[in-house]
Amino acid sequence: MSDLRELYQEVIFDHNRKPRNFRKLDPADRLAEGFNPLCGDQITVYVKFDQGVISDVSFEGSGCAISTASASLMTEALKGKTEAEARALFENFHSAVTNHGCAKCEDLGKLEVLAGVAEYPSRVKCATLAWHTFTAALDQKDQPVTTE
Amino acid sequence: MSQVNALQRPPHRFDAEKWRGDFPILRQQVNGRPLVYLDNAATSQKPQVVIDAESSYYSQTNSNIHRGVHRLSELATNQFEAARGKVRRFINAASDREIIFVRGTTEAINLVAQSYGAQNIKAGDEIVISTMEHHSNIVPWQLLCERTGAVLRVVPINDDGEFLFDEYRKLVNERTKFVAVVHVSNALGSINPVKKIIELAHRFGARVLVDGAQAVPHLAVDVQDLDCDFYAFSSHKIYGPTGIGVLYGKAALLNAMPPYQGGGDMIRQVTFEKSTYNELPYKFEAGTPNIAGVITLGAALDYVSAIGLDAIAAHEHELLEYATASAAEVPGMRLIGTARAKASILSFVLDGIHPHDTGTILDHQGVAIRTGHHCAMPLMARFKVPATARASFALYSTREDVDALFAGIAKVRQMFAK
Repeated sequence: MSDLRELYQEVIFDHNRKPRNFRKLDPADRLAEGFNPLCGDQITVYVKFDQGVISDVSFEGSGCAISTASASLMTEALKGKTEAEARALFENFHSAVTNHGCAKCEDLGKLEVLAGVAEYPSRVKCATLAWHTFTAALDQKDQPVTTE
Repeated sequence: MSQVNALQRPPHRFDAEKWRGDFPILRQQVNGRPLVYLDNAATSQKPQVVIDAESSYYSQTNSNIHRGVHRLSELATNQFEAARGKVRRFINAASDREIIFVRGTTEAINLVAQSYGAQNIKAGDEIVISTMEHHSNIVPWQLLCERTGAVLRVVPINDDGEFLFDEYRKLVNERTKFVAVVHVSNALGSINPVKKIIELAHRFGARVLVDGAQAVPHLAVDVQDLDCDFYAFSSHKIYGPTGIGVLYGKAALLNAMPPYQGGGDMIRQVTFEKSTYNELPYKFEAGTPNIAGVITLGAALDYVSAIGLDAIAAHEHELLEYATASAAEVPGMRLIGTARAKASILSFVLDGIHPHDTGTILDHQGVAIRTGHHCAMPLMARFKVPATARASFALYSTREDVDALFAGIAKVRQMFAK
């Protein structure tokens, strides 16, 4: 088993303690709610577009350190991306945290600190909840997404 | 045992070390550390005698029951029915006919909700449960209410996680037709005053089911003394195999109830015009049952009886007190469930740390606990927490296990400290 510090890197503690973009966006162009029934994590992701580019993205909710840090890091990574770029980044991130390895690890930037999650199958959903909720917002799904 | 040996009987702690040796799974290492298994409320580990009983059934006796005229079928039938007798003695039921084998507590409750419920619950009737029920003692009653138009009433609890008997007294009335209540809460450890609860329900003519999944492994249960109408528990929480459980019901009630499932073994005679049903308990045991599971459950009850539930309860209580005292020393640690009457469960939250993070970091140190909502989401809402971390004890748990838990918690707090 890998060292615990590979899962709980300092960046994760930092974003857990001081989540970035932790606020409501009102009005938002898109928003969605996500829920992880396994651990009770819940999150709302808000997205604003300006000329096809994500101009602002934020979240609210409560969860474990992995899910909070992942949401916080996601909001930082998404700003300035087009919808297509954002979806491609999620695909890359999803591979990294589900142990398929990332196609373009260098493109993950800070998100790579979450790659340690791949060693903990029960925690993968924590890392992906914010992202699933973000894509649900893009798809304008009315029903809250769940990780189950 | 001679008189002298009895007097020199060592304290419980020594016994637990000895009992621990009966459980081969506990000898392994997890993540490079000796396994500290504190998830016993989810499922308990199995002693070698239980593992051997299952293996021996399949290597020597395996055969279908209640129908063959050959030797193996007779042997299997005898062992199966002997296990029914062991269960009957274990919970002091009046007759073997009152012991129905099912898949687990969940199926037992569903059987009663569907069979007894369909026959006896009508629109406007009231069904009473408590705030601390497991989802398996909530949802079957909600389904019954949806089907019949009955109303679900919920008895509140206090901040310690204690059943509020005075509130219950206010809720029960002549419309109350059924009360379903947990004996020992899986998320809090609270021991409910089920005897009093049953007595009051009976005064209004209501029937009572007790969910005993967490009680049977930790305290002696006497269904005749409780005077419960139904009692449900699972084998796998009392050192037996998964996939088998018990529904106890008073014979008069079971006799009057319609069958739960149709099939082989539950009939007396079948024609295309009409079928007549078998007598108790077979009326409720359609199809080939989990024969190995039943026989192995019998071995588990033999194991527990040889040690004695009083000795087990005393040992676990001492551990719980030790753990509770240790918890009081940890800054930011809050126990969820501080009832005066409590068994074997230490549910807690750490200030600013999500239980899932606690669980992962403890696992890294070989300490297995449960984190989450414990299939009791309304209870989590009552305590305004999304989840808790839960350590739960068994007869083989030791003070060293508790010390490892608290060393792990110190590590969690250290990692999360700024």
